[in-house]
This record gives sequence, structure tokens and C-alpha cells, in this order.
Amino acid sequence: MTPPRRQIGERVRRNEDARLLTGRALFVDDVRLEGMLHVALLRSQHAHARLLGVDVSAARRRPGVVAVYTAADLGDYWRPGPLLVPPPPIADLVFNACTQVPLAKDKLRHVGEPIALVVAESRYVAEDALDDIVVEAQPLPAVVDLEAALAPGAARVHEHLPSNVAAHAVQRKGDYARARARAHTVIQRRFRYDRGAAAAIENRAVVAQWDPRAAELTVWDTTQAPIPIRNGLAQLLGLLESQVRVVAPFVGGGFGPKIMMFYPEEVLVPWVARALGRPVKWCEDRQENFFATTQERGQIHDAELAVAQDGKILGVRDVFLHDTGAYDPYGLTVPINSQCTLLGQYDIPSYESEFTAVFTNKTIVTPVRGAGRQHGVFVIERLLDFAAKQLGLDRAEIRRRNLLRPDQFPVNNEILFQDSAPLTYDSGDYEPALDEALKAIDYQRFVREEQPRLRAAGRHVGIGVVCYVEGTGIGPYEGARVTVEPSGRVRLATGVGTQGQGHFTVFAQIVAEVLGVDVAQVHVITGDTREFHWGTGTFASRGAVVAGSACHAAASAVRDKILGLASRELQTAPPDLVLAGGRVQVRGAPENGITLGALALKANPLRGAVRPGTEPGLEATAYFGPDRGSTASGVHAMLVEVDPETAQVQIKRYVVVHDCGRVINPMIVEGQIQGGVAHGIGNAFYEQLVYDEEGQLLNASLMDYLLPTATDVPNIETTHRETPSPLNPMGVKGVGEAGAIPTGALFAQAVEDALGDPRVEICEIPLSPSRLFDLMAAAR
Amino acid sequence: MRLVVTVNGARHERAVEPRLLLSDFLRHELGLTGTHVGCEHGVCGACTVLVDGEAVRSCLMFAVQADRHDVTTVEGLTDGTSDALHPLQTAFREAHGLQCGFCTPGVLMTLVPFLRDQPHPDERAIREALSGNLCRCTGYQNIVAAVRLACDAAPSPDR
Repeated sequence: MTPPRRQIGERVRRNEDARLLTGRALFVDDVRLEGMLHVALLRSQHAHARLLGVDVSAARRRPGVVAVYTAADLGDYWRPGPLLVPPPPIADLVFNACTQVPLAKDKLRHVGEPIALVVAESRYVAEDALDDIVVEAQPLPAVVDLEAALAPGAARVHEHLPSNVAAHAVQRKGDYARARARAHTVIQRRFRYDRGAAAAIENRAVVAQWDPRAAELTVWDTTQAPIPIRNGLAQLLGLLESQVRVVAPFVGGGFGPKIMMFYPEEVLVPWVARALGRPVKWCEDRQENFFATTQERGQIHDAELAVAQDGKILGVRDVFLHDTGAYDPYGLTVPINSQCTLLGQYDIPSYESEFTAVFTNKTIVTPVRGAGRQHGVFVIERLLDFAAKQLGLDRAEIRRRNLLRPDQFPVNNEILFQDSAPLTYDSGDYEPALDEALKAIDYQRFVREEQPRLRAAGRHVGIGVVCYVEGTGIGPYEGARVTVEPSGRVRLATGVGTQGQGHFTVFAQIVAEVLGVDVAQVHVITGDTREFHWGTGTFASRGAVVAGSACHAAASAVRDKILGLASRELQTAPPDLVLAGGRVQVRGAPENGITLGALALKANPLRGAVRPGTEPGLEATAYFGPDRGSTASGVHAMLVEVDPETAQVQIKRYVVVHDCGRVINPMIVEGQIQGGVAHGIGNAFYEQLVYDEEGQLLNASLMDYLLPTATDVPNIETTHRETPSPLNPMGVKGVGEAGAIPTGALFAQAVEDALGDPRVEICEIPLSPSRLFDLMAAAR
Repeated sequence: MRLVVTVNGARHERAVEPRLLLSDFLRHELGLTGTHVGCEHGVCGACTVLVDGEAVRSCLMFAVQADRHDVTTVEGLTDGTSDALHPLQTAFREAHGLQCGFCTPGVLMTLVPFLRDQPHPDERAIREALSGNLCRCTGYQNIVAAVRLACDAAPSPDR
């Protein structure tokens, strides 16, 4: 008898890899259609200007050009995009929604904003024609610096508003003023975090084809959210949702910006394909990606921590500015994540957090891996470091004294999270994770023996340890359909898009375990609205939690159908049946069984009767919607050495202890963490989008904007802990963004420790060798 | 301009514009879309192919520069008819050396001549060899692990 095989929790190699490794996987730019035209966009070179005129006549005359469009040519189709995430119901909230437009009409609000669209027989000709277009624009003072943006008399990005304030929100827990009054010590600092790019290696792309005979629009899009794109396009174009098919095939990395909706190109390309009756492709180039794909991370925090003499936190107050860029279609997700994630793993009795989101003449800000959580972690972790120093406490010890205890869960933090639900931690077990990280990096020995010895030898070595939480797996819901085919293979369709997270394998593992089949026998289809058209998308580290739970529910329903039918076929009660090896067998009599394929055939008979009250086929669709997100957590620790001459930082060791509940595939979870940490290291030390005071991005190429390479990223030593979530049947939590979240705080702490100069405090990210050198020089 | 080029063992003769990039020629003229384009300024390495056996960035070459040369793309690593993988591809699968897979063809094409010339590199040499290929998903750790796995699987003169 084939015993039921455990699939969840195993290091199963990926179903999707063969296609990706051989070059057979379809990415959007690989789509080739008969008669396909190519789009190039003329983009603003001004950060802020009045658009007085656009002359496209010469471009229209160029041979090979099929059409040129400006805002005026779009007629009624021109309208600002939707507000994706309405703000949570926070008392006295100010929120000014100003969403992006398909083509600029009367004003240019950031470099890279599209002005005109050229359609030509080739991309080469389309780009030639961009040079034929004459733009008349009157430059306006650019709004770049967050504080200057709020000064009286500052130029306004949106002139119908009285100021550049996009939003203002205050959230409170407990009585901070009282806490501060009885504090032994109050630590106050200003912290800055600056912008970086998500920099997926695949740029964005959209291909659209209108089939006039079927009256159907097919769109291939590098989106993380194909279903909302389909629904929105149907509405915009006046089509039935069933007339629009959106396919997000293999997508070459998402990291957040590929869920912005709608990018101008996503609105324009389908419209052009329909207007011209020919397939149309637009593929972003790398330079466009730097200007036109959303970014994140500009914030300035003025924060204070009130502590007792023993290091116990009495309260935190944080007032911050958030750079939302030229428009705010993603609502308040990023600053609310900052606000909520600051509370971290700690028991913080009082908290007062106030933020102002600010419009600037820069690329739009929407979530990028971590989505504001970095800032919150940076602020609380740095405040604890400074408090420890002032109180003469060990850095690990001040954290330990403030960790939430297991008996405090679920923890109600009394403020609202990005999904509008109260910020509640479902489960967690923090102290053992801290211990494990300290042990793994040999913290005590390093601090007591190694560091003094190396310091005496003139070496600048340092250690860091930080704790963080990640709110993951928020609703509203996802769905899945599981079908057993007569071949015995299982088809699984779900609505989320996939950008490398291993969904073809992880979802297959879930279904394989429930149905007792091999993982390779489960064929997963994601991101094609023709296959599954209910759901939202891949964001907020929610794929495994929400879509995974839907897969589990659908597979369980199919299992019930299998057992019901097999019970009749085998004349055996369901409790005496076992699903294993692609068969249903009688317990203890494995020769007495039937394959799932044979059962699938019987479930869909050509003659005879399907029994009343049953449905044909071994198929079920199910949905999962959690009441609120589950909270993952982790501890990162790092050893560094700094060269004081060059300010170059070498990471000697990097340890992660991570808890994302029940782990479905440890290999994939480790991969997610490793990639996230690499992204975080990039943010911390290599990557910074540098805007000048005119709002011009000075480093818009991969030559000038440095992504970490194989020689910059260390091996990450990862340990899993599993504190199951009570919010879903498998007990899983999300992990997609985790690695990137604490890295900045860790980097600052470890480097500061390595420098060992009490006059050097690191209160900003990103650093770079030259910035670090400046900080060291300023302290001298 | 007239162009005669051998790609993955097959001879192709085409008339192309002089400015057509080799990457665009391979992808859009020959339909070999396994070669990916990530930056078009020679930094990311996603478009790496072999020209006469050496790794080059196909976005930094014009198609006509490949005239009378021999080009190998990721599609040329396998026979294309069976599910059999190149040993390096197998190692990437075993070691989870890819996530979204977009940079992967370029990584593989960088590694093929590297491992031919240096069959048993240490980790530092592997990382140096990879340092011209950007990957945003993996943090490189499992790419390095995959290379080591492939080397361990390859016959060693020392054994």
C-alpha cells in the first residue's frame, strides 16, 4: 500500500522551473501576434510645469507611424485613475485623493509622466517619432523637499488643494503624555529614510488584442493583480467583464509596483488596440522604469521614546512626513504600515503617531517590498539602541525586557491597520527567537571577547540584532478551483498572479497533500482571468495565506466528493478509505481501490444518471477570506567590519530567525528571505534614488543606481520557527516581504557599533560609503 | 543589411536594419524569447548569450555584428525536443537557484563558458563570475549553491 505522503513542510523542488530554465516560459514581452504594432510614450522632462501645447503633426507624418495620441485625442476616455485603497476610518482623518491621469492634459507633475503616445510598425520607429513631437511647457518651481513642500507659499502640485498635504492622520493608544511625565529617560531623534526603486529585472509590459469577431479583448500584463485589471478595463471600455481576458503570465519580479492600478499604459494600450483593430505592445525600458514605475521610502520621523530606568518602554511618540509623490492612488497603505509596524514585538503601553503625507513632483509612491514597515522598524529599533546606550543596558537585553509574552496573544494594539481592521497580532513567541538568533551569531562571546580583542588590534567590527513583525495575509479574499481530470492529473486554478514566489509548487503541495497525489501531478494555473475570475492579487505577503487557504478549502471539498463517490464504488464507508498515490484504497486492503482518474470518469458519465443532489465531475471551487491579517515575526543579526579609510562595509555573517507560522516549503521560504535581505541590503547601503532640487532623477540607470551583486550579498543563515496562525486552517503566515524589513535598522546598528565612536549616530537609510565617510568626518 | 548567422546550430540568413540589436533580432526575428532584456545598457546581464562560445551581452551588439558568427542562446542548452535539462539547469532546479526566472537564462549563459574554463571554482570565483548578472529575487545564495552543486556533479580530475 502506498502510504499517504506528507507534502506540506517538505523541500519540494519547483514545478515551474523546467519552463523557466529552458527559456520556454512566457513573459509578456514574449507575446508575438500577427500584425502587432508597438507603442512608445513621450514623457515629461519637467518635474513641474504647465503644459501649454503638444504638436504631434510631424510625428504623424513619419513613415511607419500609425497613430499618435495626446490627452485631447482620448475624449471621454480620459479620466483620472481609481483610488485603489480607500483610507481606514481613522477619526479626524484628512485625505485628498489625487490620482494619476492617462496622459497629461494641462500640467506636468513629475519627470516621466506620459504626454503623448506613438503607435508604429516597430518600437524603433515609434521611438524615432518621439523626437518629432514638440512640447510647449512653462516650468514651475519643483516641489521636492518634504519640509519645504509644506512651507507657506510653496508651489502646489495640485493647485485645487490649499497645500501639498495629501493626508494627515493621528492614531493613539493609551496616554503618552502621562507616560512621558513619569519617564526616567526620554530619547528624541530625527530619522530619515530615502527612496529606492523596486527594480524588478523585468520591466513592465502590456500587450492588447481586440478580436472583433468574438468581441473580446485579451490583455497580457505584467501586473500582480490581473482580476482587478480586467474588471476595471471592462468598466472603462464599456465591455462585459467576460469580454475582457487579462493574463499575467510569468512575471519577472513584482515587489509591489506591479500592482499599481492603473498605470497609464494599462489604460492606454487596450484602448489603442481596440481603436486601431490591431494588436499593440508596449514594453517599458529601464530608463522609463526609473521614472514611471512607482517607488517608495521617503519619510522623515521626529520620534521619542519614554523609558523607565530598567529600560521598560512607557510610550512612544512619532511625528512623520511621508512622501507620496505626485499622486496618491494607493491611499495610505504605506504610511499606515509605518505607523503600525513601529510597535514591533514590544509591549508599548502608550503610543501617539501622527503623519502628514505630502505631494511632491516625484514619481508616485506605492508599496515596494516592505511597504512602509521598514520605517517603523527603523524608528523603534534605533530608539531602543539609543536608550540602551543611555541607560547602560545591553542592546539585546533592552529588547528582551520589552518583548510581548506568549500569554498576551492575541494582542490588540488599539490602532487601525492598512486593511481597516484593528491592528491585532494573532500569535507569536518572540523571546525564544531572540535567544536563537543571539546563540546563532554567538552574541555574548562576540561582545565580551571577540570585539574587544579585534578592537585592540585596530579593527572596526560590530554586531547588530533587531526584532520586527510583519503584518501579512490580509483579506479580502482569494479563491481556487480544483479539478481532478480523467488522466488522474489535478488542475488547480487561482486568481492571484505570480512573480517568482513558487506558487506553482506551493499551491500544488497543498492540494497534493489533501488529495494524496504527487506534487508534479498538480497543474497550477495562476493569473489568467479566463481560468479564474474572482480575487484581488498578489500583495501584502498574502499569497500563501489567503490563496493557499482557498486551495486547501477547494481541495478538501474535492476530497469529500472523491470519498463520497469512492465509498459507493468500493462499498466502503469513507472513514475506511485512504487517498494515496493517486488512488483511493480501502484501509488495510490496498488491492481494493480505484484511481482518481477512473473516479473522475465515473463522476462525468456519458450515460446513466448523475445522482440527485450531486454535481458532475470531481471539481470544487472555494474561497478564503480572513477577518484580519496574521502577524509574522523575526530576528536578524549581523556581524560587520568597517574599513575606516574607505568606509566600505563588509558583512561577515548574517543570521535570520524567522517565524511565518507553518512552513509549506522551507526551501521556498528561505529563498524569499534571502532575496528580501538582499533587497534590504541594497536599500541600506547601495541604492538611493537621488533627485536634485529641480526634481530631476540623477541616477536613472543601472550604471548609476547600484543594485547589490553576487559579491555584495553574504550567505544568509536562516532558522525557521513555527508559531501557527489561528486565523487559517493551515496555520500559515506570509513571508514575501519579511527579509527586506529590518535590514536598514540592523545595518545602522551594526555599523555604528563597528565604528565605536559615541559621536557617530546613524539615523538615516540609505547609507553609502561616501555618506558614512561624511558622518565619520563630521564627528571628528 | 544582409546577415548570415548560425544560432543554436541552425543557419539563418536575413536582411536587417543596421541598428537592430542582437537581442531584438534573437527575440523578435527568430522568436528565441528565452533571451531576456532587462536594461538595454549592458548592466543586468539578462540578455547574455554565447557568441563563438563566449558570453556577451546581446543588447550591446548589433545583429549585423554577429554576421558569420556562431550564437548560442538558452534554447541551445537542450535539444528542445525532450524534457531533459542541461546539468547546470538541473542543478539550478535542485538548489532553488531561481525564483521569477527572468534573469536565469542570462545567468546560465554566463556560467556555461565560466565552468568550461574553470570547472572547479571556489565560492569567491563563482561570485566574481556572477557579479555581472543582476538578480533581484534570490540574493544570489542559491545561485551560488546551484553552481557548486553542478561542479560537484561534474567529473573531477582530482577524484
